[in-house]
Amino acid sequence: MDVFVSYTIYGLFFGAAYAIAASGLVLTYTTTRVFNLAHGATSMVAAFVFWQLHVDKGMPTWAAILLVLFVFAPLYGIVLERLVMRRVSDAPVGVMLVMTLGLFLFLIGIAQQIWPSNTSKYRYVTQFFGTKSFPVFGVQMYYHYLITIIAAAACAAGLYVMLNRTRIGTAMRAAVDNRELLQLFGANSNRVSILSWIIGSQMAAVAGILLVAKTGLDYYQLTFLVINAFAAAMLGRLRSLPFTYLGSILLGLAIGYSQYVHGSELLENGLQFALPTLMLFLILIFVPEVRLRVGQVKGVLAANVPSARRALTTGVVFFFLALFVTELLNPTNTLRFGEALVFGITMLSLVLLTGYGGYVSLSQLTFVGVGAAVVCKFNTSSPVAILVAVLITAGVGAAVALPVLRLTGLYLALATMAFGQLMDYLVFNASFMFGFGGKINAKRVSLFGYDFSDTTSYVALELAVFVLLGLGLLTIRRGAVGRLLIALRDSPAACATLGLNQRWFRVAVFSVSAGVAGLAGALMAGLQGYAAPGDYKEFQSLPLLLAAAVAGITTVSGAFAGGLLLMLLPVLAATSTALSGLEFLVLGGGAILLARDPNGLVNLFYRGMRAVVPRMPVPGWVTQRAASAPKPAEVDGEEDEDLDEIPEAQVAGHGVA
Amino acid sequence: MALLEAIGVTVRFGGITAVDDAFLSAEPGSITGLIGPNGAGKTTLFNVITGLQPPTKGRIRFKNHDVTRAPVDRRAKMGMGRTFQRLEAFGSLTVRENVQVARDVHAGARSWFGGRKDKRVGELIEIVGLDRYVNQRADSVPTGVARLLEVARALAIEPELLLLDEPSSGLDEAETESFGTLLQNLAREGCAILMVEHDMDLVMGVCELIHVLEFGKVIATGTPAQIRSNRAVQAAYLGFSDDSTTMQVPDDIAAAATAMLAAPNPTETTLSIPAVDGEG
Repeated sequence: MDVFVSYTIYGLFFGAAYAIAASGLVLTYTTTRVFNLAHGATSMVAAFVFWQLHVDKGMPTWAAILLVLFVFAPLYGIVLERLVMRRVSDAPVGVMLVMTLGLFLFLIGIAQQIWPSNTSKYRYVTQFFGTKSFPVFGVQMYYHYLITIIAAAACAAGLYVMLNRTRIGTAMRAAVDNRELLQLFGANSNRVSILSWIIGSQMAAVAGILLVAKTGLDYYQLTFLVINAFAAAMLGRLRSLPFTYLGSILLGLAIGYSQYVHGSELLENGLQFALPTLMLFLILIFVPEVRLRVGQVKGVLAANVPSARRALTTGVVFFFLALFVTELLNPTNTLRFGEALVFGITMLSLVLLTGYGGYVSLSQLTFVGVGAAVVCKFNTSSPVAILVAVLITAGVGAAVALPVLRLTGLYLALATMAFGQLMDYLVFNASFMFGFGGKINAKRVSLFGYDFSDTTSYVALELAVFVLLGLGLLTIRRGAVGRLLIALRDSPAACATLGLNQRWFRVAVFSVSAGVAGLAGALMAGLQGYAAPGDYKEFQSLPLLLAAAVAGITTVSGAFAGGLLLMLLPVLAATSTALSGLEFLVLGGGAILLARDPNGLVNLFYRGMRAVVPRMPVPGWVTQRAASAPKPAEVDGEEDEDLDEIPEAQVAGHGVA
Repeated sequence: MALLEAIGVTVRFGGITAVDDAFLSAEPGSITGLIGPNGAGKTTLFNVITGLQPPTKGRIRFKNHDVTRAPVDRRAKMGMGRTFQRLEAFGSLTVRENVQVARDVHAGARSWFGGRKDKRVGELIEIVGLDRYVNQRADSVPTGVARLLEVARALAIEPELLLLDEPSSGLDEAETESFGTLLQNLAREGCAILMVEHDMDLVMGVCELIHVLEFGKVIATGTPAQIRSNRAVQAAYLGFSDDSTTMQVPDDIAAAATAMLAAPNPTETTLSIPAVDGEG
């Protein structure tokens, strides 16, 4: 009985803290239509600021809390709204996700810069009132837990009063229903938006301060709080605050009672982290199908692609050019180039999924990890191992997508993130995969008796795979499937009324994309000669996606550039301690700046080239949407340096979704 | 037996009844009009018929099957094609590609990897008269062209029932006339056409049967001549009201019209909700 009560109290503590975080998320999502992936990152930064004021500078607890909640959080909310969120609110889901994900990484990068981890100083924040407690039903309850529960109740009451009893609260509720209408009635929707972000940031900060004593002060634990908050909020379909509270309490209790489970170290450690994900999937299965909406904004991405002949020519030229460059590299750099190519191949899977299809996957590297693990398990040089790895990964991808794809892109993206976490905790660390913290060896593939033991020849193989996949991708894009992908993105409702079973089509696309990522994993294992779970952490999928988005997620050349970028940034960051966190700052900042243009740096490069060579045609580049003159498909006359699909139209307001 | 029957369809959005116990039908080889003022529930009814909007009450029968619960794509496969009032053309694709997508979906997944040319695509574009625009992106063509494109796209799945939501808006007089001819040709080939339309000349010219919708209710059903001579309908929708007319009005329609005109406008209550001033 005592055990039960103490687990219940423990669970209520987490539930209360999640409720605060989740209701902030719901508030900002419903009033501004921006789902902030960086909500947990806000908690993380606030916790660091609290530590700085309270522990480092020795400020009294109450003063530090007041400063964080009423000075830092509001300022942060205002800056956030003005610089980032205002630009996202009318963007497609894909752009919104990439931008807030950019913020997510950017905040981690900032935290790493301000509070670097490589000092001898160990940072921690203790509970309020330390271990002081009082008896409840025969067990001792910490004052910290009581404070958390009271804080959650106070937040609920405060939100209720604000939303129902104040004029601005009425405007906020109206914004949930119809922002445009609200503006017509003379309400200042910017003010509503700013206030939402202030309150949302404050709630994230409260949750961060309350939780930091339990999670520890690091860059990631609190940042991934967004998954827990999301899982809890899903019970209320991301709209209802009471159900969000209920979901949070249920999740907290589940975590509390999970302590009954004793078994392997993996299970005990993993279960607590896996519970939000499990809850999320459970809810998603029961959420009714999202209705197709009509009258939505149309996609305006120009979709010109090179002709088969031109793609083939540039592909062959690119292959030999890159091969020549590879021959000049020293062994270390050859290996790095090989890694960049694996990243590039992974990004090709994102070009299909995100660039063409408009869906965002936040766990693409997890699929790469599955592919790598399967190849290692076989430990053979037969190409069959690679084939099996691709098929298994594709199957896993289909299984992940199936329950989620009938919902909107936002849910899919968040579910993939949750899936990646689940794999991190329960599968990649399990003894049947890599062994706990271990690694397993892989043999390089041998084809027709040639064993590719020399790294340069293996990189040549990767190059060939990249070029073939790129050509395949462009062939798909030119054909019926490519047209359908674009059509489905432009108008799901119209596709349905033509008779397309979207669910299966999307599952198939997601599955193929996962399969390509699995192939990348198989190649990675062969390149390195081993696979280790640390290389395929869910978290690493995020820089991968951002690098692809920054380089240009709609083109094959963008995938190649993105692979190079992702490989080069850590190499650069390692050259000096001043550059630590550089990767996250560059990718996060880049995504925030560039996400509205899914064609990324590659497109900018072409435009820059045009500034230098005014006559150089920029294929497919339309300056204005209303360029109503007939524009015949240009298929020849352009020269590119590498295998390239024509950079697509750069049109304001359109993005990857 | 009618090809399509809507039986007692009711759709409520919160407190608003958008469609109220509506009955209508469409026959093969005939053009049926659905008219009524803005907000009468015409498009909502279309959405119920095609499956985009589940009804609160009532049933949809199509080809002697109850399709009330069937998903949108299955109804399309059964032979329902539609266009949209608020355009749903695939903006990033060209006119030709728009029609090609519909043909691809119609032909099924196996055809996607063949790469054969589908002659029907060109034919359809020619039928609706869009040859000039084939290679233009759908988001860069005029509204009228995009509407015709949606018609061609709907025809690409060889529908037995074609639902057109205000197809002629954006067309000039001559274009509307040839569009009317196109509809009559389609009907002659056996297609059932159900059309929401505001152009009364077109409706009266081509429709054999007209349903009049007001505040979600079907308040009149009849031939163009009957509808034209219906005083309440004249007064409410056709805009050439003449109180001195002595034309006969069936009692039930007159009663319904009177009741309808006397009823307070239900939309007023919805519009007053977010009464927020500049301080908000």
